[in-house]
Amino acid sequence: MTAETANARRKRALDAMASMPASMLHELYNENTAGAPDAIAVRGPEIGAIMLRGRIGGGGAPFNLGEASVTRATVRLDSGELGHSIVLGRDAGKARMIAHLDALRQLPDWVARVEKSIVEPALEHAREEAKLQAEETEATRVDFFTMVRGED
Amino acid sequence: MYVAVKGGEAAIANAHRLLADRRRGDRNVPALTLAQITGQLALAVDRVMAEGSLYDPDLAAMAVRQSRGDMIEAIFLLRAYRTTLARFGNSRPIDTAKMRIERRVSATYKDIPGGQLLGPTFDYTHRLIDPAMAGDEPVDEPLCRAREDERRAPRVTDILNDEGLIERDILSDDEPGDLTRDPTAFPADRDVRLQALARGDEGFLLSLGYSTQRGYGRTHPFVGEIRIGLVDVEIDVPELGFAVSLGSVRVTECQMVSQFTGGGQEGAKFTRGYGLVFGQSERKAMAMSLVDRALRADEFDEQRLAPAQDEEFVLAHCDNVQATGFVEHLKLPHYVDFQAELDLLRTLNAAKAKNDEMREAAE
Repeated sequence: MTAETANARRKRALDAMASMPASMLHELYNENTAGAPDAIAVRGPEIGAIMLRGRIGGGGAPFNLGEASVTRATVRLDSGELGHSIVLGRDAGKARMIAHLDALRQLPDWVARVEKSIVEPALEHAREEAKLQAEETEATRVDFFTMVRGED
Repeated sequence: MYVAVKGGEAAIANAHRLLADRRRGDRNVPALTLAQITGQLALAVDRVMAEGSLYDPDLAAMAVRQSRGDMIEAIFLLRAYRTTLARFGNSRPIDTAKMRIERRVSATYKDIPGGQLLGPTFDYTHRLIDPAMAGDEPVDEPLCRAREDERRAPRVTDILNDEGLIERDILSDDEPGDLTRDPTAFPADRDVRLQALARGDEGFLLSLGYSTQRGYGRTHPFVGEIRIGLVDVEIDVPELGFAVSLGSVRVTECQMVSQFTGGGQEGAKFTRGYGLVFGQSERKAMAMSLVDRALRADEFDEQRLAPAQDEEFVLAHCDNVQATGFVEHLKLPHYVDFQAELDLLRTLNAAKAKNDEMREAAE
């Protein structure tokens, strides 16, 4: 695997885990990480903020819209792999678990398990949630029709 | 000589205890949960996040509860919390064209690609108080309808603009100004103005936007598009060497299309005002876009005659935390200031009385 695809896979996993509700992550993490190498805290979890930016007109120059609370964590495994995470909100447990899973993903023994038991369910959950929301919105679509009156 | 007056401590402590009691209210009624506030007073939470300028629904709900529903007090609480957070970085600009749309309407084009999606709107309701709101009747699940395709709904201002009749965005990656870090200098750039408006008071901006419609800085606007939905937030993580998604936030965007600017080499075209706000808040986004457009007067060689066009007036007064701080401080003890004024008045009157006496004696 090239470095580029490895990064793309890692991003896919981090993005998916960040989108997951904390309760679901807790559950899957507890079910699937028994016997995993421990995570040693390197940094955090620490709560802070990021400045959220928009673009003028939607597609122009950036402007500062306002901040959002975030939590980030970095952990290390005994074997040296570093795991990182940064997620919206102030859930230290979520940030720590994602950082741990990010580190575990770098172990050949663990990558498939993390992908299958955590990343894939996270993606599936996100897809389902997006589909439900889109279909609820779709039901409010205006279907215009015109009524012809008179004979001309 | 300065004499400190003491004695308020016990009164203050007891007042805060009384406040806590009144906030809680009847103990036989269950306390509000955060889930109830974020779930059932969601638009109040959205407003507090937008004007508190911090996206965090749980904190905003706590602030609403702590402030007993006083929105500006809640906004103040969230702003105060915000200042305690270290800033880890800046997000990549959110892409509203990729929004997972919950509502999207255009008042300028009936048949837009992606369609008109009403979403959870108050529009077309009768504005009659529903007796059901006094109880807890079951509520129907929303209807679902399969989508014909997975098509995205592009921003209205980006499509149907083949003729170039609407002002286009000029994409850049210039570093924007940040009014939370640097004092605002006038004239301010549009990026800083938009930051101020995005956290500005909804009522103030609504009234200013309204004033432009009534003729004080007329812009003759149309709603090109309003869209509400979820957008992903990405940030570059140096440790990783690439950007990751942190999750998604709900925002409301308004594209206001306004009266055209004249001729020149490019020909006449409609101009635009822009609104972007945390949460579901289309009144605020619309007002923001009207005021944004009004503040662009110089760009289009318009005379600045109305309050909404005066950027120093608008930017210096749209922040309700600043405004409430200065207005409300008047109720705090000003005994010494007032005593000084009283003394001055007495001296003036005494001098006048003495003068009058001398004049009478002379006559």
